[in-house]
Amino acid sequence: MFKRLLPIAEARASLKSLGVDPFNVVFDGFISPTEASVNGKTVLLAGTNNYLGLTFDPDSIEAACEAIRLSGTGTTGSRMANGTFACHRALETDLAEFFRCKSSIVFSTGFLANLGVIAALIGPDDSVLIDGDCHASIYDGCRMSGGKTIRFRHNDPADLEKRLKRLGRAAQDALVIVEGIYSMLGDRAPLRELVEVTKRFGACLMVDEAHSLGVLGEHGRGLAEETGCEDEVDIRVGTFSKSLGTIGGFCVSRHAEMDLIRYASRAYIFTASPSPATMASVRVALKKLAEGSALRERLWENARSLYQGLRNMGFSLGPEPTPVIAVIMPSREKTIFAWKALLDRGVYVNLVLPPATPGGVSLLRCSVSAAHTPDQIGLMLDAFASLGDLVRQ
Amino acid sequence: MADYQKILHRTRSILEGFAKTRMPVQAEEIREDTEIAKDLGLDSLQVMEVVSEIEDAFDITFPVNELFEIRTVRDLVLRIQHILEET
Repeated sequence: MFKRLLPIAEARASLKSLGVDPFNVVFDGFISPTEASVNGKTVLLAGTNNYLGLTFDPDSIEAACEAIRLSGTGTTGSRMANGTFACHRALETDLAEFFRCKSSIVFSTGFLANLGVIAALIGPDDSVLIDGDCHASIYDGCRMSGGKTIRFRHNDPADLEKRLKRLGRAAQDALVIVEGIYSMLGDRAPLRELVEVTKRFGACLMVDEAHSLGVLGEHGRGLAEETGCEDEVDIRVGTFSKSLGTIGGFCVSRHAEMDLIRYASRAYIFTASPSPATMASVRVALKKLAEGSALRERLWENARSLYQGLRNMGFSLGPEPTPVIAVIMPSREKTIFAWKALLDRGVYVNLVLPPATPGGVSLLRCSVSAAHTPDQIGLMLDAFASLGDLVRQ
Repeated sequence: MADYQKILHRTRSILEGFAKTRMPVQAEEIREDTEIAKDLGLDSLQVMEVVSEIEDAFDITFPVNELFEIRTVRDLVLRIQHILEET
């Protein structure tokens, strides 16, 4: 029964023999959105996707506490069975207004939003075309749908076109899925070109704005806003767990019919709905995000500063500076060694190894926050500088 | 009728391309009963890259969800043959 787990046990043992356990770091406590305590030592958080630094926003915390006092700690079931709380409906209204969309649905996590939307929209006779670097939740949603899943080469509109062409008439009923900012290498999708190809074949386009919400666009609405494609993108999904600093997911659409997927989505029907505290803090955070041009400016200053600093040191990086900054390492072993060395220096980044990475590369993944101070960015750069030539390609 | 041997030859050459850089086995060891994941040591993403190459080589649509039913090189070739005959 457990023999399938043996390779995992072996991989865990090999990490242990190197004296690291990168996937089980325990934070004893938090000092701020950018600092936590690990084994009693203060660590700078440079890998938490807390793009706007709103996890400790006093107004969001107060709203969450008030919601618990008024509505309790949880919903204890799904909206279909236990009913909708007023706060669910209020957040859906807020999201529809923020995105200027006709329909809006809240899910319990971002992962579930992708599972729920894709599996409800796509049937066994349909085709879904996904960028090769899409998140696991998109792959799993496609798998759950039973539809024909076709992968196109990352950020390659010509490759998408070739694959849509092969579908013939079926392309008209196909769904194309891309992301705003890709979570591993931090690169944007060439959305304008992808929209042009998708629309020429009459297909639908869905954009996952998980890492671009609050980060891109004049009002923080993501890549669709930044590229002026909001009226052409059919469906947008995202998460509350990054820029909004809580947990949960959403789907918004310019098509009113999309509201019907809540009655066909297993990931919505058969799981407990988000807690009142979560809904209340998201509503406050969304207002801050909408008003947050100063936060976005700080975030981008920090992102450019870290990217440029690492580049000047000779590190191999993802293709463009965004708040997701991936340092591409020469080998798996050196990545593990460097990750531990950084933590020993008091800087926490993400260790990401194949097959979770595109192209089989090993990464030290940083994510920058508006809450990082220039001094903290300096500390990150100092820590990377201390790694020396050993880890440069 | 799509020729099985021709498809096998082309498929092997694609897998050999991956073998040069990524596989724990020698290219000449790729036989019809070779298991794609187990014997060639390809992870899930690498197998999907192989599929992209196959789609372009044969100008077909090969949905990645059909990979779950494919274990050996022979399974892969038979699936390509079936798609070609359907197209």
